[in-house]
Amino acid sequence: MKSAVILFPGTNRERDMIAALKKVTDAEPAIVWHAKTALPDGLDLIVLPGGFSYGDYLRAGAISARSPIMRDVVHRAEAGVPVLGVCNGFQALCEAGLLPGVLMRNASLKFVCREVRLEIVNAQTAFTHLYRPSQVIRCPVAHHDGNYFADEATLDRLEAESRVVFRYAQGSNPNGSQRDIAGIINEAGNVLGMMPHPEDLTDPLHGSTDGLALFQSIATTAQEKAA
Amino acid sequence: MLKNEIAITPELVADLGLKPDEYQRVLDLIGREPSLTELGIFSAMWNEHCSYKSSRKWLRTLPTTGPRVVCGPGENAGIVDIGDGQVAVFKMESHNHPSYIEPYQGAATGVGGILRDVFTMGARPVAALNALRFGAPDHPRTRHLVAGVVAGIGGYGNSFGVPTVGGEVNFHPRYNGNCLVNAFALGIADADKVFYSKAEGVGLPVVYLGAKTGRDGVGGSTMASAEFADDADEKRPTVQVGDPFTEKRLLEACQELMATGAVVAIQDMGAAGLTCSAVEMGAKGDLGVRLDLDAVPTRETGMSAYEMMLSESQERMLMVLRPEKRAAAEAVFKKWDLDFAEVGQTTNDLRFHVLRHGEEVANLPIKELGDEAPEYDRPWSELQKPAVLAADTVAEPADYGQALLQLIAAPDLCSRRWVWEQYDYLVQGNTVQRPGGDAAIIRVDGTNKGLAVAVDVTPRYVEADPREGGKQAVAEVWRNLTAVGAEPLAITDNLNFGNPEKPDVMGQLVAAIKGIGAACEVLAFPVVSGNVSLYNETSGEAILPTPAIAGIGLLPDVAQNAGIALEDDGDVILLAGALTGWLGQSIYLREIAGREDGGPPPVDLAAEKRNGDAIRKLIRAGRITACHDISDGGLLVALAEMAMAGERGANIHAPEGAAPLHALLFGEDQGCYLLAVAAEEAEAVIAALQNDDVPVQRLGTVGGADLVVEGTLAVPVKTLRTAHESWFPAYMGEI
Repeated sequence: MKSAVILFPGTNRERDMIAALKKVTDAEPAIVWHAKTALPDGLDLIVLPGGFSYGDYLRAGAISARSPIMRDVVHRAEAGVPVLGVCNGFQALCEAGLLPGVLMRNASLKFVCREVRLEIVNAQTAFTHLYRPSQVIRCPVAHHDGNYFADEATLDRLEAESRVVFRYAQGSNPNGSQRDIAGIINEAGNVLGMMPHPEDLTDPLHGSTDGLALFQSIATTAQEKAA
Repeated sequence: MLKNEIAITPELVADLGLKPDEYQRVLDLIGREPSLTELGIFSAMWNEHCSYKSSRKWLRTLPTTGPRVVCGPGENAGIVDIGDGQVAVFKMESHNHPSYIEPYQGAATGVGGILRDVFTMGARPVAALNALRFGAPDHPRTRHLVAGVVAGIGGYGNSFGVPTVGGEVNFHPRYNGNCLVNAFALGIADADKVFYSKAEGVGLPVVYLGAKTGRDGVGGSTMASAEFADDADEKRPTVQVGDPFTEKRLLEACQELMATGAVVAIQDMGAAGLTCSAVEMGAKGDLGVRLDLDAVPTRETGMSAYEMMLSESQERMLMVLRPEKRAAAEAVFKKWDLDFAEVGQTTNDLRFHVLRHGEEVANLPIKELGDEAPEYDRPWSELQKPAVLAADTVAEPADYGQALLQLIAAPDLCSRRWVWEQYDYLVQGNTVQRPGGDAAIIRVDGTNKGLAVAVDVTPRYVEADPREGGKQAVAEVWRNLTAVGAEPLAITDNLNFGNPEKPDVMGQLVAAIKGIGAACEVLAFPVVSGNVSLYNETSGEAILPTPAIAGIGLLPDVAQNAGIALEDDGDVILLAGALTGWLGQSIYLREIAGREDGGPPPVDLAAEKRNGDAIRKLIRAGRITACHDISDGGLLVALAEMAMAGERGANIHAPEGAAPLHALLFGEDQGCYLLAVAAEEAEAVIAALQNDDVPVQRLGTVGGADLVVEGTLAVPVKTLRTAHESWFPAYMGEI
């Protein structure tokens, strides 16, 4: 699987992400600096990892969404290349208009790092097909701005179209997100944004490998496509 | 003679924190009246914070060498060998005064400063800890300080991308006017890619890196070397403002820069900014330095030489560059949108020259400024040891269950989840043991090795008996590292005390250092870096003496570790170590009996080492399912913590011992551990411990939903958890 990880100034979870990708593919992920204007050819996956791009000094993800590389990210997304945005990456995908809604400051107004119980609402996506429908997994969150918000009509539509992929299981919403939404996918099903960090639960030393099936799902989808 | 537009009066000298005899020393040294800029430079270099003038004599007595020590105190951070050509680089530093004045920025820049100390040396920061002390919970300022300090530490560390994996928080009225914020950072580097601050070579360019210089923090380290009166709020302009985004870029740029081979010497700008960094690089290398301030990137116009030399703007560094690598070095900083400016050269005249607008504004002997600053042998008094408190003079609780619930919900013993959930303890993906245990563990990236980190001190012990308290702080760190299976390697100390000009306070400092040294010696646990913070007094009242000790330990196979959580029903619970029922200075005594007296529990260093070495062997052999040392609150609190962490009960009988039952259950005996082992292993583990001369007794078994001491108490673990988890959020007004 050929993947690219975008690096913005202030990105800080790229190492976690690369380590997780390496568990499911032998190919070294390409690290692409934000100031570049073109991604490598033939990608099976583009990842926007977590962090504090540009310090989150404007709205989280607002400046990185306007980085030079993002034009090509949008272009490839429209061409169907799978795109995964985690945490700050999710925020940037929303700011770039690839996903609807916005991530506001947590309802508690505090940063929160905590393991939550995460329900796989849609286990039929290219990113989640190795999970069981309605499976509840362990997954950590670590963010200050993870409070998902969209207008009622958008939320209704996301739910009607099975585009809410992850939900905080009952009682574990850490940030006040509307309808407990933790991750959503675009209409075409190739752009996924999520606040929790599956990459930090992929090794027995992490205490659990519940996050690994997400990366395995992506890798097997890529293999099937190649075959 | 340098031109001086401002008259140097005794008042001005005093305002800058120099004593009359120190000013006389300046006059004798340079043979003329100093310029204002020069006076500022002396004030910055010779203040307590930068010069350690009151403590140096005693710090020299500490053991600082060992087979694993690569670099001891004196550099930006200490360095120890962790095998396979890798080194661990670590240090702890205080940011007490700034945090009291402006908690968010004070704590944030404390974290920023310590991270810079570590990555200046070429290491990538991989873990952070912090040790926090606040005033009484009901003091009107405490809640504000807790909220701001915790948010500031998180705000900086989370954005920078270092996992903050542990620490400690205490409350006591003696910190009402002076909180303590001690920040620790650990980094990892390849042994052959470590960078030092000693400049080499004459005529080489001195380059300024990072963020621009502003007026923030002017005189910060001088402020930090004085007591507070009631005017602390007026000192807010001396606090710096942190920018973790710039620091993160500076880290990445430094890592790339160091790989180019361009760096001869590098030094971060911390306390006393440009002054301290330039003087240290020159003085260490037996060179002079010439700085042209007109070339320094500034954030605002019209800054005077004095302001620029004393600015403590953050996220800046100074380096001596190999001229042939200049283009490559500059390209790295351009890529990361950081300033890169040649601001001077090294010289061979051992002088520190500073130019502004083409005029020389300072011309000083560099050695005397740096490594020949004044040193004092301050008078100190031998402090009286408190009488040992007989356990049978302390009442038994009316209800043991209630007493336990009260203890685990007390401000000093309750869950710190509210604090550490604001820290990203997972970033970098190497966190193996998270906050809440005896020590945190991170994997060394790309290897099977692990590093454990812990920070400890029990200030009430140090207050009662500084020597025993100093010993105990070192022993407890060593024990906490051992309890997760690590081999303790070395420590960094952060000595927080009151005004050293008072013989009693100086006596505390001297005795604590003696105790620390004694423990380091026996435990083969050298001090490789540290920081001293004195004058922690407000309106004449000193803090509790607080020598915080942070240590690191190595796990050759990170998977062979132990946590505190009870994992399997049916496991046998053992007590290793000698239980005497020591109630003097215990939390039980304070919280239940309402007394703070007696001597602290003594540490038998030989037994400490024997017990710990035996337990580490068992953990590494995979024979222990859970391990927790006995500390604050005693045996029963330790067992309750194990039960809560594992969300399962335990059933024990009363431990054997000569003391009354409540003393055995709540006494804070040192060198003791609770262990859980599989039932079929129990006999063999007991035999192994006995074979190593470790006292051991079988206490009971794991299982059920309650914590039970037969015939004494039975409390549901859920009830314990609710009590333990509720205090902090309730105190912060969230439930």
